[in-house]
Amino acid sequence: MGILIDENTRLLVQGLGRDGSFQASRCRAYGTNMVAGVHPRRGGTMFEDEVPIFETVADAVAATGANVGLIFVPASGAADAIIEQVDAGLPLVVCISEGVPVQDMVTTLAYIEDKPTRLLGPNCPGLIRPSTKGKIGIIPGNILSEGRVGVVSRSGTLTYEAVVQLTELGIGQSTCVGIGGDPLHGTTFVDVLEMFENDDETDAIVMIGEIGGTKEQQAAEYIKNHVTKPVVGAIVGQTAPPGKRMGHAGAIITGKAALASEKIRILEEAGVHVAESPAVIGAKMAEVLGR
Amino acid sequence: MNIHEYQAREILESYGVAVPRAGVASTPDEARKLAEGFGGRAVVKAQVHAGGRGKAGGVKLVSSPDEAAEAAAGMLGKNLITHQTRSEGVPVRKVMVAELTDIADELYVAITMDADAKAPMVMASSEGGMDIEEVAANTPDKIVRVAADPLIGLSPYHARDIAMKIGVPIDLVRPAATLITNLARVFQEKDASLVEINPLVVTTDGKVMALDAKIGFEDDALFRHPEIAALEDPEQNDALEQKAHDAGLAYVKLDGGRVGCMVNGAGLAMATMDITKTAGADPANFLDVGGGAAEDKIAEAFEIIVSDSDVEAILVNLFGGILRCDVAARGIVMGANNTGTQMPLVVAMRGTNAEEGLQILADAGLNVTTVGDLGEAATALTQVLSGGSN
Repeated sequence: MGILIDENTRLLVQGLGRDGSFQASRCRAYGTNMVAGVHPRRGGTMFEDEVPIFETVADAVAATGANVGLIFVPASGAADAIIEQVDAGLPLVVCISEGVPVQDMVTTLAYIEDKPTRLLGPNCPGLIRPSTKGKIGIIPGNILSEGRVGVVSRSGTLTYEAVVQLTELGIGQSTCVGIGGDPLHGTTFVDVLEMFENDDETDAIVMIGEIGGTKEQQAAEYIKNHVTKPVVGAIVGQTAPPGKRMGHAGAIITGKAALASEKIRILEEAGVHVAESPAVIGAKMAEVLGR
Repeated sequence: MNIHEYQAREILESYGVAVPRAGVASTPDEARKLAEGFGGRAVVKAQVHAGGRGKAGGVKLVSSPDEAAEAAAGMLGKNLITHQTRSEGVPVRKVMVAELTDIADELYVAITMDADAKAPMVMASSEGGMDIEEVAANTPDKIVRVAADPLIGLSPYHARDIAMKIGVPIDLVRPAATLITNLARVFQEKDASLVEINPLVVTTDGKVMALDAKIGFEDDALFRHPEIAALEDPEQNDALEQKAHDAGLAYVKLDGGRVGCMVNGAGLAMATMDITKTAGADPANFLDVGGGAAEDKIAEAFEIIVSDSDVEAILVNLFGGILRCDVAARGIVMGANNTGTQMPLVVAMRGTNAEEGLQILADAGLNVTTVGDLGEAATALTQVLSGGSN
């Protein structure tokens, strides 16, 4: 079964600048079926001589049957790109762009609320599923190994760290999902936890959170009531000072609930196996799986 | 981004929010003239980007123009140290001189972005003039919370409801509601992250007025508000943080830490900071060099870390993706050469061109301990800090 993408995934990439083109190329190299590019001034040309580029998302979807959209456009135009992809009827939209104004996400999330589209991101590394060679985003494919542990995280490079730890211990991954570091984002921990719980390719879950907001608390509540599979958790930012933004727009301690110690306590209460440090996420999973 | 109170006051005034008459002075003489204009009775307030000014001597009530000049002279050109500033304080270059207001009641109203409501949230209270976090902790029922609609904004009836719930006298509910609606407009139209009025006052002559104002803005939206971006006052920021900001680096200085951290990615940067704790030391900073950093940007990041006098060792943790480790390594060597530092480095490099990167560091003759992952980094760091050999 698997989550979010499968062997029928047909990828559309919007925002084929320097970084977008590089990453789209990496997605293809991993094995993802990229069927369309969108660029307002390069319609009618080809990406890497094989993938047609269209001027609008609607044209691209109509011509190619694309069913997943990936966005690399600059932050100032990211919300507009999300809405264009939603209006074109793409069921899954993944927005990598970092620095999207939060007010843009207020209106965008309200706009898409009753639409059938699922949004992942913004400011996220996307997702990757080794079993179907599907990569929608920027997670480096070479660190993954096929297996049965699902990974969900607010972070990019920290996710890679966790995946490397798992892979080195011989623990493969089913799907790896980055939900993003912004305070307002589409898909949440709870959404992904629900998918992993219902996924017959996933036996256990790694969830990596950080300071700021209360999304980890909501995840803990959901885990306590609905998740039967073992969950290994990690929360970073224990040494962060209050009131300062730690890179991610959402990573800021604004009160007790935002503290790492508070999130760890609530996750442990919900039965999550919280790693003592970010260096032992893989080891914790090995312990939980009895390896 | 933060701005000064006098700047926030001007923005509010342009949105029709009632504020006391006031002016800004850079010299004691200017302060004297402003106080004269208000008939002598005035309040002189140091303009700094920090709360807690009152207790720190940054707010003085005066009853004559000479007293205003004296109060201004005591603040201007000096550093103000409050519980919110770094230890050396922040420089006072301007004071705001405002007419005194006769207060009948002090209230509180603020607007912030609420991630759970996915919308702006108005927080208001009858308990104005106090530390609102204390009110929230001790008497949470005294705080009213109303979310604005993400598409429509704050409806007038919401604003009237808030005004009534925080005890605005019934004949002043209408102007109070207008004021709250205007605050919501400022928040939305200017991409603010915070609009806080503490206190919002009811005056003895029956007016509702914003007596103090704090406005912060979303850094990510400044590109569409050049008039706001122009209000930035770099002097109010930590010098290293400002240098990093100018270089496009996400950097936060932590007081008293011994281990400088250089990382790509915010989550990994926090993880790396946490790891220094495991090694028995405090991190000196958060630093995310970002995704596609070039050699000179890495060099600048390295120099910023080294120029922090608290730092005794540096933990480098880079996961090459878009960032190439060989480029990063050349940047580190450049930074080390520019500063001439012999500081010990503990380095983890994974991903794109990691081997080349480590080789470049080894060839440069720097004091480097190479590690394979975060766990090894903690162990190596402990050894380095205890003076052990590598």
